[in-house]
Amino acid sequence: MGRYLAKRLLLAIPILFGVSVIVFLFLRLIPGDPAQVMLGEKATPQALAEIRQEMGLDKPLYVQYSRYMVKLLQGDLGRSITSHTRVTEELGARFPATVELTIAAMIVALLIGIPAGIISATRQYSFFDNASMFVALLGVSMPVFWLGLMLLWFFSFYLGWFPMSARLDVSFDIPTITNLYVVDSILAGNWAALANSLWHLVLPAVALGTIPMATFARMTRSSMLEVLRQDYVRTARSKGLAERLVIAKHSLKNALIPVVTVIGLEFGLLLNGAVMTETIFAWPGIGKLAFDAIMQRDFPLLQGILLLVAAAFVLINLAVDMIYAYLDPRIHYE
Amino acid sequence: MSKRRILLVSLLVIALVAGMAAMGQAAPKSGGTLVFGRQGDAVSLDPANVTDGESLRVTRQVYDALLDYSEKDTSLRPALATSWENSADGKTWTFKLRKNVKFHDGTPFNAEAVKFNFDRWRDKNNPYHQGEFEYWVGMFGGFPGVVKSVDVVDEYTVQFTLERPVAPFLANLAMSPFAIASPAAIKKYGQEYGNHPVGTGPFKFVKWDRGDKIVLEANKEYWDGKPYLEKLIFRTIPENSARLMELQSGSIDLIDGVNPDDVALAKADKNLQVYLRPSFNVGYLAMNMDKKPFDNPKVRQAVAMAINKAGIVKAFYAGLAEPAKNPMPPSLWGYNAKVKDWAYDPAKAKKLLAEAGFPNGFETTLWAMPVARPYMPQPQKIAEAIQSDLAKIGIKAAITSYDWGMYLDKTSNGEHDMALLGWTGDNGDPDNFLYVLLDKDNAVKPNANNISFYRNEQVHKLLIEAQTISDVKKRTALYEKAQEIIHNDAPMVTLVHSTPPLAGRKYVKGFIPHPTQSESFATVWLDK
Amino acid sequence: MLYLNSEQGFPGPAPAQPGLPAQPAPPAVTEPTPVGDNLAPQTTTLLRDAWRRLLRNRSAVAGMIVVGLLILVAVFAPLIAPHDPLAQDFDSRILPPSAGHLLGTDDLGRDILSRIIYGSRVSLAAGILSTALAVAAGVLIGAFATYYGGFWDNLAMRMMDIMLAFPQILLAIAIVAILGPGLTNAMLAIGIISIPIYARVVRSSILSLREKEFIEAARALGASDLQIIFKHLLPNCMGPLIVQATLGIATAIIEAASLSFLGLGAQPPTPEWGAMLNGGRHLLRQAPWVTAFPGIAIVVLVMGVNLFGDGLRDALDPRLKQ
Repeated sequence: MGRYLAKRLLLAIPILFGVSVIVFLFLRLIPGDPAQVMLGEKATPQALAEIRQEMGLDKPLYVQYSRYMVKLLQGDLGRSITSHTRVTEELGARFPATVELTIAAMIVALLIGIPAGIISATRQYSFFDNASMFVALLGVSMPVFWLGLMLLWFFSFYLGWFPMSARLDVSFDIPTITNLYVVDSILAGNWAALANSLWHLVLPAVALGTIPMATFARMTRSSMLEVLRQDYVRTARSKGLAERLVIAKHSLKNALIPVVTVIGLEFGLLLNGAVMTETIFAWPGIGKLAFDAIMQRDFPLLQGILLLVAAAFVLINLAVDMIYAYLDPRIHYE
Repeated sequence: MSKRRILLVSLLVIALVAGMAAMGQAAPKSGGTLVFGRQGDAVSLDPANVTDGESLRVTRQVYDALLDYSEKDTSLRPALATSWENSADGKTWTFKLRKNVKFHDGTPFNAEAVKFNFDRWRDKNNPYHQGEFEYWVGMFGGFPGVVKSVDVVDEYTVQFTLERPVAPFLANLAMSPFAIASPAAIKKYGQEYGNHPVGTGPFKFVKWDRGDKIVLEANKEYWDGKPYLEKLIFRTIPENSARLMELQSGSIDLIDGVNPDDVALAKADKNLQVYLRPSFNVGYLAMNMDKKPFDNPKVRQAVAMAINKAGIVKAFYAGLAEPAKNPMPPSLWGYNAKVKDWAYDPAKAKKLLAEAGFPNGFETTLWAMPVARPYMPQPQKIAEAIQSDLAKIGIKAAITSYDWGMYLDKTSNGEHDMALLGWTGDNGDPDNFLYVLLDKDNAVKPNANNISFYRNEQVHKLLIEAQTISDVKKRTALYEKAQEIIHNDAPMVTLVHSTPPLAGRKYVKGFIPHPTQSESFATVWLDK
Repeated sequence: MLYLNSEQGFPGPAPAQPGLPAQPAPPAVTEPTPVGDNLAPQTTTLLRDAWRRLLRNRSAVAGMIVVGLLILVAVFAPLIAPHDPLAQDFDSRILPPSAGHLLGTDDLGRDILSRIIYGSRVSLAAGILSTALAVAAGVLIGAFATYYGGFWDNLAMRMMDIMLAFPQILLAIAIVAILGPGLTNAMLAIGIISIPIYARVVRSSILSLREKEFIEAARALGASDLQIIFKHLLPNCMGPLIVQATLGIATAIIEAASLSFLGLGAQPPTPEWGAMLNGGRHLLRQAPWVTAFPGIAIVVLVMGVNLFGDGLRDALDPRLKQ
């Protein structure tokens, strides 16, 4: 397994390298002077000259790339055109909001999707099966922004149960350590703030989590059905084991393997959905920031976001592969 | 005790109790946090380098300018300057400054600080001249503009020398963009100063979570007395209806930008009060005269006649607006009431268009703001209404939109054909509408405010003359004449003067919406 | 939302591909029965069998009917729509559903039902055209790279991996922002970001076929590379490709609506469902129908396409159903 993991790790490197090249080239593919693009239309000639020097724009591409990589590895992503703050600072402030949202959405999706799939599989063609598969189909067919708006209308406007925006009521003041408000309020021991931040998380997380939830339910069901047909399960059954035990002991782990493989993928999709969800719920995360950066042509910021998100995606997949290797012993022998 | 004495004592007691009760009602309470909900986040908190209302709304609390407007209108009162005098030729202004005022970083406010700020704004070669300083350009005509020099006379006296007399000079100085910032802080933070504002104002900057909120706290050493609120938070909630809902649920205390359609809803809520900001703006459709076919006055007049202004006002403002015929609001002195608006007449417009050589119309672009503005709550929808009106006379307009910041940049650079935009008065002088929006001095790319790129020599002469004299009657005559010419040339279709609605919880006291959209929260308190 | 549908209920564990991100198994990649020119009769039988299986699948038939009806609605929009979708009427703004306006009106007084009817044209066109573009490009990239293998295969697949490492919607937004907003550019952007899916589907089919005897035979008979790719390899990828493309249309419809919702797709006054949703957003409170109905239209269409696609997959891969 060690060799397998090492191989996976090594394979992640060229992807990350490729991502950095693409982000690097992105700026140079946009029509116009890269220095101008980096600093915006209103940059002074003096600042332009400075950045040309800094980026080495008069030098060959590979020199420019190596300079860019050196800065990148030093954690210097430049400054945002619009806010003039360091891109790293901006990412540090905004990324945790998205992490919190996507993790919450993933929890919602797993907690509901997998049990629903298991129950559906064990009671194939029952009313529950039909109903939950219909809901799952609905889930994958729904635009996340529409679902978000409908949730907002029903639960916030109509029933008044949940807040409409933000991560925490302003009356709470918790020290920001991780910028994950749920974690920060636990660290501060402020349980009211914890409850409040969770309360703010519910609607966005449900909106964002619905699609992966539906996917997990459908996958778990079909994978479970497959496993239940396997010989060893039949053997277990014929030995007279209780059905519950058959499912829990012999089938579940194997049935979940394919589900685990798509968790990483679904995380990537969540980042997709986050762009829309954050827009609907005014969630100050990186999805909204990315959208704004694109619309404001804030390229230094956009570069930073793309690098961060792509790296996160690659690393999540790596982690999933490790879990996968652990779950599926056959990997050893490949 | 004699009966008389008893009577006297009881009268006294009654008077005392009554007096106390009256005081209890009127005397403001200190303490508490006010959360203000608004549509967009600030761009920067360096007031000299922003033009948007959401940035200035916050900087207004952190900084003071030399002068200030009164609470309700644009009459002037002292602020950081306590008195001032003008020389006989009108070109020299001498200001006495307030003593014992400190910036929030503890450094003293004095004549040097004033000079530092003005030099930073006006001198392109000043090492701290980092940014656009667009308001400086707009109000003082470029770098260095009409201000020839700023000199320190003594610690608390500063003298301005102008190229020519400028009638609205004092009114300009009271504008939020010309607030005095701490020189030490500007030197310390450089180009990041906009994230670390330091002024002398009633509230100190605490923190800024971009896209979410800006937190301010009371400046306990404020020269005009400590403000009542302990904390003041500006929260960004982009959707108008969501913001109102949050107000109703009680998580915020005061909001700007209520949908005109939602005003009835807010009025019906017994926990809320609705404020109407005095109408002091104009929403318009600019036609870029640098581009064909809008260089042709007949085309512009045809457009003016094709748009159903009354219909738009009725549909999108719920009665909280009136159709505009001049580029300045009727409440402002100098307004020309005699101008007769272009009547809505598609048939005549089509005829005029044919005369101009476009019997079948033409294709063009119609730019629309991506965000609601006080003068235009639904710009995208208004654009669609105009698009449909124009289609009736054969003009096919494609609606175009950009991010708000880029929209302003690109229109200032004259990249549009037609563009929706508007203006809220800053200083209560007609100059602030007519000169800013329609003078050739402000039709200079890439920082034009006159985005019709209307360059009429006669209008220019009138406006400059009006700037240099101080007799209000004479100035009124000049401005009325200018409005007449502008109306006939039709560089823009003036659409609407709106009365922007706001709403707050009932316990919010002492909040007075200012016509310029920039009110101080120093006098606001919470009765709860 | 890219892979949204492709991984639903695929039969076994996806083999972890050498390369990131983890790749979902393409639907129905089983041993495809070779179909070459000389095997035409067998193909027809296969297709007939698949068709029969499809008709037996109730949910697939339901999906087919929904999609069919919506196509009819799109084609005959002018005949069906009760009102002009562009006609504004300030006297009938924001009306709730009634006999005169079955689904109510928006804040310009336009009939929502009529706009939804016309909007079906935009959504169907956007879904189909952008998918067609992605399929064409993906098939070419996948087929050639895989056929020649080695360096080219590696290069192409790493490019696809890198593309997939970015959130797809951000890529689409960026592309449209550079090209300029509009329906055409939105379709182009969606097409581009979807290329990797099809490249991978084709690749995994071809990988299993490349060394097959009938290919060897064709090569021995002197067929050129092009002939082998287009006449022998690609026809055998059609099954999984059709399934993936059908499901891809569903995704593309949602993506097009998303871009329009953000103001980057269809421009006013074009009635488009995502744009209509955005236009009704500020009325969510007092007039939720303005936002609700266009969304329901999207869900119905996408669900129909998904049901049909799921049915197709089952039909083309008999092993799945026992």
